[in-house]
Amino acid sequence: MAANPMSQFEVYRIGPEIKVGAFDISFTNASLFMVISSLAILIIFNLGSKKNSLLPNKLQLLTELSYNFVSKMIGDTAGSKARPYFAFIFSLFMFVLFCNMFGMIPYTFTVTSHIIVTFMLAVFIFIGVTIIGFIKHGFGYLKLFVPSGVPIVLLPLIIVIEIISYLSRPISLSVRLFANMMAGHTMMKVFGGFVISLGIVGGWLPLSFSVALTGLEILVAFLQAYVFAILTCIYLNDALNLHH
Amino acid sequence: MIKKIFFQLVFFNFLFVGKIFSAESGGMPQLNPEFWVSQIFWLTITFGILYIVLSKLILPKISSNLEQRKSQISDNIEAAEKQREVSESKLKEYDEIILKSKIEAKNIFNQAREKVIKDINKKKEILDKQINEEIDKAEDEINKLKKGAPEKITKIAIETSSELIQKLIGTEINNSSISAIVDDLSKKDRSKYYGN
Repeated sequence: MAANPMSQFEVYRIGPEIKVGAFDISFTNASLFMVISSLAILIIFNLGSKKNSLLPNKLQLLTELSYNFVSKMIGDTAGSKARPYFAFIFSLFMFVLFCNMFGMIPYTFTVTSHIIVTFMLAVFIFIGVTIIGFIKHGFGYLKLFVPSGVPIVLLPLIIVIEIISYLSRPISLSVRLFANMMAGHTMMKVFGGFVISLGIVGGWLPLSFSVALTGLEILVAFLQAYVFAILTCIYLNDALNLHH
Repeated sequence: MIKKIFFQLVFFNFLFVGKIFSAESGGMPQLNPEFWVSQIFWLTITFGILYIVLSKLILPKISSNLEQRKSQISDNIEAAEKQREVSESKLKEYDEIILKSKIEAKNIFNQAREKVIKDINKKKEILDKQINEEIDKAEDEINKLKKGAPEKITKIAIETSSELIQKLIGTEINNSSISAIVDDLSKKDRSKYYGN
């Protein structure tokens, strides 16, 4: 079963089965890595912000750099109005990043390689952004679907397309992250399997490929977290500053 | 409603993908709904706690840390600027003092020079005066000699001529008559001998 590249995505129960009504909310390996990621974030950022020295140590520098990084990202894409949502986007970015990065360690579980997790995050963002949009602009938010400067003849078609594109946001957002993580990890597993099956004679080529792929996957892990966060910022920007 | 449609859409979509995969690996564990509720539940809990702790405790701290550092740095820069200004003014003062003392030194030098020049001039004047006096005296003497010369010459002429006459003739002649003749002659030829 270990040779199966998909077996790394299997979820299994750790500890007893917990049932609330008809729902099974048992603690699984996925839950374990969610907890580990969150704890790691909290520990690192707590240690990094504990004391404030004029010359920051490495951990403090790390936390402050990531703070400024996310802050700049939000400022550039969504403007100053997005300031109240900074904490959410920061935790979102860090959560996805840490889940991705923990998934890079061998024998770990990648939380974000599960469509249900990314989809829940994306749906939450989608609903939240829509609510924010309606609160800020009332029914004027529907103008988002009516781009300016479009001939009236084309308007019905454009509106339909805009609505579809708007509604497909959570899907594209979640599938992008999930598919990237799954594909990358599957590929690494496949190449790892090649190394074993080709042995000491032919295994060097897939091994070198695997090494390169690991580097690439670390890049992808960061990049996908970044893309996830920045797309959230862009959706938020649409809701906060109606451009159409 | 929309959510449900999306769920179905996604599910359908990935069933298709899953079938392709299942041909060789036995399906995608992601599409097994057995632990979906558990994952949603734990995601909500962990992400919720993460968000709350980050937004209430850690991020404000980082932000205040950054702000504090910024203000501290700007304070330090301000203090440094102030010190720089102070030192610059001090430098200016020193420059002024140096300039002043230079001017003073020049003045002193000039005064000394003037004094020396004055002294020299005074001494020169005195010397000039003395020289002039000497010259005047000498000129006076010369004039006196000049004035006295004709009389002496006449005297000599009278004596010589009386002696000459005595030796030539052997008789003594009254000096007064000779002197009358010599006077007469010298008056006549005065312009020839003395030019005036």
